Amino acid sequence: MDVHDLTAAYALDALDADERDAYETHLGGCEPCREELVALGDTASALAWAVRSPAPPAQLRGRILEAAAAERGNVVPLPLRRPWLLRATGAAAAAAACAAVGLGIWAATLSHSLGQERSARAAFAQAMQVVADPASRRIPLRGGTGLVAVDPTGRGVLIVRRLASAPAGMTYEAWVIPRGGSPKRAGLFDGSGSTTVVPLHEAVPPGSVVAATIERSGGVEAPTQTPVFSAQA
Amino acid sequence: MKGVTRELSHLSDEALVLLAARSQQAALAELYDRYGRPAYGLALRILRDEALAEDAVQEAFLGVWRGAARFLPERGQASAWILTLVHRRAVDLVRREERRRADTLEHAPEPGGGDVDEEAWLRLQRERVQAALRQLPDQQREAIELAYYGGFTQSELAERLGQPLGTIKSRMFMGLARLRELLGDPGMEISWTSTT
Repeated sequence: MDVHDLTAAYALDALDADERDAYETHLGGCEPCREELVALGDTASALAWAVRSPAPPAQLRGRILEAAAAERGNVVPLPLRRPWLLRATGAAAAAAACAAVGLGIWAATLSHSLGQERSARAAFAQAMQVVADPASRRIPLRGGTGLVAVDPTGRGVLIVRRLASAPAGMTYEAWVIPRGGSPKRAGLFDGSGSTTVVPLHEAVPPGSVVAATIERSGGVEAPTQTPVFSAQA
Repeated sequence: MKGVTRELSHLSDEALVLLAARSQQAALAELYDRYGRPAYGLALRILRDEALAEDAVQEAFLGVWRGAARFLPERGQASAWILTLVHRRAVDLVRREERRRADTLEHAPEPGGGDVDEEAWLRLQRERVQAALRQLPDQQREAIELAYYGGFTQSELAERLGQPLGTIKSRMFMGLARLRELLGDPGMEISWTSTT
């Protein structure tokens, strides 16, 4: 058997233990195979995103962090925060609360955030209609990771990944700038968390630009800053 | 979840791995917040058992913690490395437990119970990869799905599908190479994660 042509099978974890060992030994001395594996390995791992992903049990996070801390003596621990400072949305907040202060706070955090949870769900449902519509256009952002999705009626949703939190006293403000027109306010958001979804309050006509600036809390009537990121619809 | 680690939320995955190598627990927490959910979904898809899926995810993230100092960015993305550890662990477990299942990907709606923004992102990613998979020739898609989601080895696939081993290897290779083109071609789909 030629060990060179095992790269795809290795990337898919389709080798048995002996074949895997043989391939890994071979890999140490074969630069072309290493290069091929970088490409095929990244692609194979993209397959992980194709499955439904229910939220894992909330206690799993704490268990992993505890086990990790137990393995090393010099761990820099998680910063502890007072629970009422936690920005709460449903199960995510419950998980954070458990990790930070133990199970006792769970019920309180959960009930406190139920109202928020409901309005977040409604906004999410609306946003997902736009995102799921096969006729929607998806435009990548310049200056940030993410996209703007616009359905055929002009309803738009902004999705940004890994945005730094807005500075204290400031907020992100989204704008829709029609071709040849002045910017229209399209929503306020902060950048916490790994993904931010912003249903845009203004229709996004073809040829317009969707942009976001950092403004003082509460937002402003017209942008005062250079856009952090933008997309040309 | 957000509140605890928000000061790390704008860092790249690779920077977080570097911090984890320096025993920064918050960096591991942030990596878990980014990839714990797809990791659990993948493990659950392969193992079909919640307790085993949790074990696989826990072992994989401990593998991240232990291996962070040896992570080389030029060998691939940190996200791919993490999901590879999860996949490897899940496949090892499923082979041991002999609970492999050969059904194809289901298209059920996203279950609730998590961060709604994260759900939107996961759904976009899922649609993107599923769309690419649908464009593969049936035999290539079958080989890739049975190997990756079913945990079958190439020899088991050859036997199961009644094909020579060389044919199976070639289907997996051609399928992955085509998938790479489909996922990386900005004309087909947006390459959402490669802009930073």
